[in-house]
Amino acid sequence: MATLVQAVRLALHYGEEHLGVTDIFGEDVGPPLGGVFTATQGLRTAWNSPLDERGIIGMAMGIAYAGGRPVAEIQFCDYGFNTIDLLKVAGNQRWAGAGNYSLPMVVMTPSGSGIRGSLYHSHSFESWASRLAGWKIVMPSNALDAYGLMLSAIKDPNPVMVLLPKALLRVRGEQRIPGEPEDDAELKDRIDAPVGDRSQWKPRWPDVQPYFVPLGVGSLVREGDDVTVISYGRTLPLCVQAADEVQRETGKSIDVIDLRSIFPYDWKMISQSVEKTGRVLLVNEDTEVTNFGEHLLRRIIDEQFYDLLVRPRLLAGKHVPGIGLNQIYEQNTVPQLREIKRELLAVATEAA
Amino acid sequence: MPTELLAAELISGREALSVDRCLELLRIMIRARVMEERLIKMSKSGQGHFWIGGPGEEAFNAALGLQVRKGQGPLYDYLHLHYRNSATLIAMGMPLIEGVRQMAMTATDTHSLGRNFISHWAKAEWNVIPVTSVIEVQYVMAPGTALVQKRAGGEGVSIVVGGDAGTAEGDFASCMIWSTRPGNELPVLMVVTNNSYGISTPACSQHAEKHIIDRGKAFGIRGEVVDGNDPIASWHAISRALQYCRNTRRPFMLEAHVSRLYGHSSSSGALRVKNEVCCIEQFEKKLLDSGLVETAVIEQLHDDALAEIEQAVEQVMKEPMPRPEDVEKYTYAPSEVDAVYPHDYTGLPR
Repeated sequence: MATLVQAVRLALHYGEEHLGVTDIFGEDVGPPLGGVFTATQGLRTAWNSPLDERGIIGMAMGIAYAGGRPVAEIQFCDYGFNTIDLLKVAGNQRWAGAGNYSLPMVVMTPSGSGIRGSLYHSHSFESWASRLAGWKIVMPSNALDAYGLMLSAIKDPNPVMVLLPKALLRVRGEQRIPGEPEDDAELKDRIDAPVGDRSQWKPRWPDVQPYFVPLGVGSLVREGDDVTVISYGRTLPLCVQAADEVQRETGKSIDVIDLRSIFPYDWKMISQSVEKTGRVLLVNEDTEVTNFGEHLLRRIIDEQFYDLLVRPRLLAGKHVPGIGLNQIYEQNTVPQLREIKRELLAVATEAA
Repeated sequence: MPTELLAAELISGREALSVDRCLELLRIMIRARVMEERLIKMSKSGQGHFWIGGPGEEAFNAALGLQVRKGQGPLYDYLHLHYRNSATLIAMGMPLIEGVRQMAMTATDTHSLGRNFISHWAKAEWNVIPVTSVIEVQYVMAPGTALVQKRAGGEGVSIVVGGDAGTAEGDFASCMIWSTRPGNELPVLMVVTNNSYGISTPACSQHAEKHIIDRGKAFGIRGEVVDGNDPIASWHAISRALQYCRNTRRPFMLEAHVSRLYGHSSSSGALRVKNEVCCIEQFEKKLLDSGLVETAVIEQLHDDALAEIEQAVEQVMKEPMPRPEDVEKYTYAPSEVDAVYPHDYTGLPR
């Protein structure tokens, strides 16, 4: 099965060939490197940009204004903070200009912890991004969703940000992308650039097929009756693992929702699950003050207070200035399996 | 050259422009000024709120607007303007009533649906990119439209305009870098209308560079400084600059020294400044002194502009305001792949 980052690459290839993508660009995005995480190797329209995040976002906006279809990469979301006003402007152009323009642009950027990235390669961006009205924000947790969300991001005629969970980029999917070769080694041979001199290398793209994950549709990864867990990105597979263990140990069955779209989010799925279980745990790794999960918590409390059997909980990253390099810091800053399981047990077993 | 042709031209330094063209420019300058002054009045009378605009930049802006290749798409010029460019839009053919509508925040304001400050134009059919109050962001977008223009063939240029103070932002440097990537040079006309102020701060107290265009030299960007209060000099400088961009598909930088006749905006009272050159008075004197134009012709231009603006105000006062349900309108373009917002934003996901 393709890894998440290979899935992104396949999606961008499909986008170039079938969805009108004109430019895939950013720092080290073009040859020879093809992206620091290899997301853009071998792509026909990939090119290297100056080391200038504001220039990258502005360029994407300009291309989109003029009828192109850009996919811009910010190498790490940690370096996107100096573009925040441009992101705000990109999100408001259609609204501010009374519908004169829409901006079909995609910004993709690796987000979150898990690669020992220390202070400036571990930030999360979804809470910031969720405040950018006019944008749509997605974050896949597996390869097939990465493929399907990227295709939708490209197809959508509005600014869409694709947050890629760094820690999961090299994780293989469990489901095959339509058209992906059956043999992993064959896929690697066809689309991964060789180590060393790659000046003569050309990818041999498999004939991947359209597969769209609609924006605003979550995925019910585990289905149960007793607890609702809502997550996305790096913490999603940890939530699944914790849910399976808790179910084995306590017999409580658990809805695990992979949100996939941060905005618009799948309120119907959340709401129906909460109504059913009355017990909610939200998990993400962004810092906990003004965290996106707090918004969902607010809506759950505002709109479904009387469905709740026990107090709902949010497990998020600590409100500290960064994630320290020593693993002691990372493991004690952002949610790990053990905390997720502990919180899940607590919410599952608290007396109603 | 036959004497009758010479006689029909007005001279400025070594350059000349036909009297017809001069009168066309003057008419636009006057209409723009009359509109701005009426808008200021509206901002003070309660028919509008905040005012910001371009009195003092009319000579340059009118000369620019008349030379824009106007249309939609990459074969035409893109305009990445700032909030002092009303005369450019008027020169392109915008009726004054559109300014009145934006000032009055009516639902008929096609530039922003009554949402944005005055002089924040947006017009897709003329490639006018929405003007933002955020200083200098337009300079990072211009290389993007220029890239598409260069690929499209043709002679379209991305014209980006800002003030002098904004050039301190990194986005100005970004524009130079992205427009001159070796082998990927782009047809961007970088215009700086230099009025010597950033709100209240004199440029000379913050900037050591002699000319802003000098900064382009490091990138091989050619440039020219022009008296932006002189419509004839501006006309020719713009013509040369645009021609260079159209032909070479490379950037050019134009620095126009202009006046700021009503201060920064409402924030500084929008009061008439007396000690700066008024491009309209100066040009009218030049036309009259030449003996080629009579006072009555100029008076008629003023009278016509005043009649046009008064009629526009009267009309706009009868037009509808946005409705509460318009708050969310135009947030999103319709999407086939969005399950929550297939048409537009409709409040929090349900």
